[in-house]
Amino acid sequence: MIWVNDVLQGILLGGLYALFAAGLSLVFGVMRLVNLAHGDFSIMAAYIALAIVGSLNINPFYTIVLVMIIMGIFGYIIQRGLFNFAMDAGPMQAILATFGIAIIIQNLLLEGFTANSKGLDAGSIENAFIRISDQVVIGWFPLITLIASVVVLLGLQIFLGRTRLGRAFRATADNQRAAQLMGIDNRHLYGMAMAFALAIVAIGGVFIGIRTTFSPSAGPLRLIFAYEAVIIGGLGSLWGTLVGGIVLGIAQVMGDHIQQGWGMLVGHFVFLAILAFRPQGLFAKQVQ
Amino acid sequence: MSLLELDNISTGYGHFQALFDINLRIDEGETHAVIGANGAGKSTLLRTICGLIRTDQEKVRFDGQAIGDLAPHKRVGLGISYVPEGRWVFPSLTVNENLLVGGHSRRTGLWTIDKAYETFPLLARLRKRQAYSLSGGEQQALAIARGLMSNPRLLLLDEVSLGLAPVVVEKIYESMPAIVDAGTTVLLVEQDVGQAIKFADRITCLLEGRQVLEGSPDEFSSEQIFAAYFGV
Repeated sequence: MIWVNDVLQGILLGGLYALFAAGLSLVFGVMRLVNLAHGDFSIMAAYIALAIVGSLNINPFYTIVLVMIIMGIFGYIIQRGLFNFAMDAGPMQAILATFGIAIIIQNLLLEGFTANSKGLDAGSIENAFIRISDQVVIGWFPLITLIASVVVLLGLQIFLGRTRLGRAFRATADNQRAAQLMGIDNRHLYGMAMAFALAIVAIGGVFIGIRTTFSPSAGPLRLIFAYEAVIIGGLGSLWGTLVGGIVLGIAQVMGDHIQQGWGMLVGHFVFLAILAFRPQGLFAKQVQ
Repeated sequence: MSLLELDNISTGYGHFQALFDINLRIDEGETHAVIGANGAGKSTLLRTICGLIRTDQEKVRFDGQAIGDLAPHKRVGLGISYVPEGRWVFPSLTVNENLLVGGHSRRTGLWTIDKAYETFPLLARLRKRQAYSLSGGEQQALAIARGLMSNPRLLLLDEVSLGLAPVVVEKIYESMPAIVDAGTTVLLVEQDVGQAIKFADRITCLLEGRQVLEGSPDEFSSEQIFAAYFGV
């Protein structure tokens, strides 16, 4: 039964990773941009939530919508103001630009909030749980996280499949020049893709802030988990990112169960094993 | 005033010059074919008109407006639609979704999804199929139908018959009268001279980036066209 509990906790943790991975996958899919600042964007979102909680004295859950809007607008501006130009120069320049932004964000957060770990206090919900048996316990907060990630992915699926802008995203992912010939302004579209990606990662950022403590240097590790989830699940597959996050989550929880502190290591091993034996990921898109 | 006016277009790729002093006037409602051998600059000409290649603002005029340096997506909004060589359908999107994306610019007019299926009946039964699984001819029909979804005033067709079996080409050309009857001006690039002459009101022949012949196909004997085509 104790293993059942591990798998359950892993699945719940996977929901959190999927929230990080979805935006990363969207940006890579639509504009082939490897965004090395994605993890730092999530931490930035957590700090924005912290600032709002500090000034309005509200539960961090209620900040989510506002943080999403702020991060979305920030995403559109930074894409149109910087990343679009870097992408014009070439893919390597674009990666370096995101890397530079990652460093800048880390240092600005350090200046503004010090290096001390901070946390978001969501109150009693953090410790509430459902006891299924003596050994199987589901926390309400991890469950809410998983539900949120499923809702986000479902929303994204409907958006990409049913709306004019969503179809434009997919058309651009398929063939950017052909999309321009349909009247799609790719610079605006890239801005919108980054806005969506950062609005989604804002949810992940607030949740991670509630779940654990965070500091200005916490971003890169989030980025690695997000990338591992995307690769495990398969590039371009929406639900693959959730499965990838869950596989990674289960590996980490089980690793920690075998020996405290091994979780991250086992997670990386599983990721490397999938990269070695199924490099296209578990749910690779079957087109082309 | 002509719908499209090109003034002394000289353009190319890097150090390679593909077009030399091209002048062209195309009137509304006209069907115009550009013929020429491989590498004569036909596709470059269309790409200059649709904006994939930019030039001086004043050198391309559409309905009187200077557009030579305008981005391709803005030209779609004005009513220029380019159906590229190689089709460029969106492979992971279904046929229906390809058409919907074709209408992204929200230009309204005669062309709707239903009208597109009516004009290209072979697409109607493929609605839900992803475009990558279509045959070459089906993809070409889809590319043209998609190009019409923006209700263009000027439709640019690049190498419609390239790589297709003659029966398939015939089938696609069967849909052309519906496009012309809708009042759309068509500028097409075609390697198949016979097809071009049959279809077009006027022809332009390019040879190594230069205009060597222009006029109504009846004005020229096949020997004259042959000579212009091969430069002999």
